[in-house]
Amino acid sequence: MSDAAPGRARRGAAILALAAELARDRLALAGLLGLVLVVVAAIFAPLLAPYDPAAQTVLARLRPPAWLAGGDWSHPLGTDHLGRDVLSRVIHGARATMLIGVGVVALAGTFGVAVGLLAGYVGGRVDGVLMRVVDVQISFPGILLILLIVSVLGPSTTTIVVVLAATNWMVFARVTRGAVLSARRSGYVEAAQIAGCRDGRVIVRHILPNLVSPLSTLAILEFTNVVLAEAAISFLGLGVQPPATSWGLDVASGRDYVFVAWWLVTFPGLAIMATVLCANLLASWLRVTADPQEREKRFARALAARRGRARASREGERTP
Amino acid sequence: MTAALSPVEPPLLEIDALSVTFDTRAGPVEALRSVSLVVEAGETLGLVGESGCGKSVTAQAVMGLVDVPGRISGGDVRWRGRSLVDPRNARFARSLRGREIGMVFQDPMTSLNPLMPIGAQIGEVLTRHLGLTKAQARARAVDLLAAVGIGAPRTRVDLHPHEMSGGMRQRVMIAMAIACEPALVLADEPTTALDVTVQAQILDLLADLQQRLGIAIVLVSHDLGVVAGLCHRVAVMYAGQVVESAGVEDLFARPAHPYTQGLLRSAPRLDDAPERLVGIEGAPPSLLDPPQGCGFLARCPIGDAACAVPPPARPVGPGRLAACVRPFTPAWGDDRSVIDERAEARR
Amino acid sequence: MGGYVLRRLWHGFLVVFGVTAIVFVVTRLFGDPVALMLPLSASAEQRAAFAAEIGLDRPLVVQFAWFARDVLTLDFGMSLWQRRPAMEVVFERLPATLLLIGAALGTAMLLAIPLGIAAALRPGGLVDRLVVTLGLVGLSMPQFWLGLLLILVFAVNLRILPTSGSGTPAHLVLPALTLALTPLARLTIMLRSALIEELAKPYVKTARAKGLSAGRVFGVHALRNVLVGFLTLAGWELIVILAGYTVVVETVFAWPGLGLTALQAIQRGDLFLMQAIVFTIAILIVVINIALDVAFKLVDPRISLE
Repeated sequence: MSDAAPGRARRGAAILALAAELARDRLALAGLLGLVLVVVAAIFAPLLAPYDPAAQTVLARLRPPAWLAGGDWSHPLGTDHLGRDVLSRVIHGARATMLIGVGVVALAGTFGVAVGLLAGYVGGRVDGVLMRVVDVQISFPGILLILLIVSVLGPSTTTIVVVLAATNWMVFARVTRGAVLSARRSGYVEAAQIAGCRDGRVIVRHILPNLVSPLSTLAILEFTNVVLAEAAISFLGLGVQPPATSWGLDVASGRDYVFVAWWLVTFPGLAIMATVLCANLLASWLRVTADPQEREKRFARALAARRGRARASREGERTP
Repeated sequence: MTAALSPVEPPLLEIDALSVTFDTRAGPVEALRSVSLVVEAGETLGLVGESGCGKSVTAQAVMGLVDVPGRISGGDVRWRGRSLVDPRNARFARSLRGREIGMVFQDPMTSLNPLMPIGAQIGEVLTRHLGLTKAQARARAVDLLAAVGIGAPRTRVDLHPHEMSGGMRQRVMIAMAIACEPALVLADEPTTALDVTVQAQILDLLADLQQRLGIAIVLVSHDLGVVAGLCHRVAVMYAGQVVESAGVEDLFARPAHPYTQGLLRSAPRLDDAPERLVGIEGAPPSLLDPPQGCGFLARCPIGDAACAVPPPARPVGPGRLAACVRPFTPAWGDDRSVIDERAEARR
Repeated sequence: MGGYVLRRLWHGFLVVFGVTAIVFVVTRLFGDPVALMLPLSASAEQRAAFAAEIGLDRPLVVQFAWFARDVLTLDFGMSLWQRRPAMEVVFERLPATLLLIGAALGTAMLLAIPLGIAAALRPGGLVDRLVVTLGLVGLSMPQFWLGLLLILVFAVNLRILPTSGSGTPAHLVLPALTLALTPLARLTIMLRSALIEELAKPYVKTARAKGLSAGRVFGVHALRNVLVGFLTLAGWELIVILAGYTVVVETVFAWPGLGLTALQAIQRGDLFLMQAIVFTIAILIVVINIALDVAFKLVDPRISLE
């Protein structure tokens, strides 16, 4: 909505202010850093991992993590039943997670936003039909149907991405349509239309900017859903197939050794949880930050809590 | 306790140098800055000012309804001499709410619980404070509905709020506020959200109840006409402070503070020609960083260096106070006539 | 009310029709049921005979009509794995799944209410931050992993609960807890923020201005108003669990319900049994949706079913 240089300067200042606010919220900052770490691990996996994740060493089977009796630092997180290095597999597992997570969100998001824009902007019959499709598909038996489809088509990474995208676009369509409708009802879009703005320009300049914050929160939340779904499907043996690695797959293969080698299920599972938790922390911070009222309340509550603690400690000093 | 010792009976409600601060990311906003007001039993006090001047916050502070991000940052509210702000008196303060002090809110559409029949919402006050049984409370709720002018109260008592009109809901709110025959009703913009025709009915109802039951009323409003019709005394608020308080006749006849003069001058009247519609130049100061001196200085035509120190509220006549170094000076010169004309029209 | 139910039934019909169409397209156009269901050793004659038996030699339209008819009459054919009608297997296994889901969702709802209230009492306070953070951790745990960890702790190390299987109430504890965690976390976080939002509404100020106790303001006024939202989410959780997460948890704990059966059907290439399960769940979801809407009407008089 702003033009050229002053607009850019203002936006720069806003981004700086946002970064400062993020830096103050330790949990959200940890979430962001954690996600960056996972992305780095995914991109540079071959450089970071000490071993080839598929390299088997029969002599070093089921080694425990380094800090336990019998473990050593050549395999910090131990080895699995084929003597593969657990740490290397966890690092490489980030690839499947990020690839599928980001791929599905990008595909589903693009399609869903397009449908939502169409339904919200054109309205009328188109809207009615599209939203009925969304309503109906949301009532589908999600994962069960995915399992059926994947088992018929044959499991692979591509199948997983396509099927998960095909079953996750509806939320994006709903949120987009809602935001478009509320933007259309507001005065400025109407004004732009009356002033003779072309539809494309109205959408790009006036409607899309309003979608940025709800959609970015939604995208992160959907990312967590997709990561968990991929892990579950891979765990069931219908997702990523060996020799490729995936955290869910590794938990599944470690399951048979759960009584003798707890680390096989623990570390890949921990990686899934940490990734999803980081995304959740970031998303919940983002949601509050995007809402000016919530943002004020968060600020005031933090202040009230600090004041309450200060008072409590003062009173504590007075009454020993 | 102090009441027994002091020679004069303490007033019904005394707001003493009350300050309320809202903590925002941009910094603390001082919504109320040392506001002092007194309400005597049976009198009607109008609290006027433009939006954001702190009049609603004052009413909410009396009721203990100031929530995060707001907080009472100084001063006191006393009921018959006893503090309502002191946390040790929290029980006492709560026992007054609904019993001795009733409150009517601005928006009757959202101020009633949507899931509870209105009779039950009125009855709740009665069971809480008067210890009535549910059946007694319901019977009394029917009487109260009739008293506030709702027809067929016996059937309406079981309706849910969404089944009633805005005016009816405001009547329900009033019935709730007067259920325990309180000594004071705080009415926070009770007619703002209503149709003009309904507004008059609600005001008549309030005036009628006030006369019949002898209830003191604090009427918060931005509408001078509403205040003129109902109140004995008026306090004018500006930028979180009381700038003038006076008897209603005196205030309209001879406004002391330039802001009051400007307010009277700008109020629209049915018989006014359109060119008479004038405003006050400028906008209220930011309460994030309130001015050191008079809050109105930036907009005041007669303000000068003398106004740079905060003018204390001082007596400017019998029963009237004004926070201005040169009260009664016509701030808008030749427009004096308008004000006189107005005073005339009122009589 | 009648019109409303009719419309919901039409919606339910569309859902079942949609599932039918997708399953048909995927299995008949993209997949090859014969290759999927018959063992590799099957002869060409056996394959042809099986294809003819399930109508694969007919035109697609006829195939679809037959398929739809089978769906409508709940006749999904014989389970090749169990050698009996697929629906018989479904009805046999369904109660175990419903028991597990009931225990899990019941636990989640019972715990979410006190936790959500405790957090909402002092937003930003210690309890609140603890509940929200733990809630996010709960939302982030893969259920199959949590299940394995619980087995490690309670069955392997402490030896106080069985690792898997069914039969005694003790068998139910770990799978129910595992399945309860995600809905518990989501319900708690939702209830907390809904309550905080509700407490800022004007009618709550009215209730406070009446001098009511904090307990009454909270319990009678605010809580009842967030109940519809809470139940909506609980219903949605029920659907999500039914629609898939039971498969994961039942697999981890070898709980003999519909979810485990679904996975076994897939592993054995038993397409007919899998289809029977998918459609049963789809129909259950439709029924649950209608039942929930009618229930909400009882809680909130403003909801109109017309």
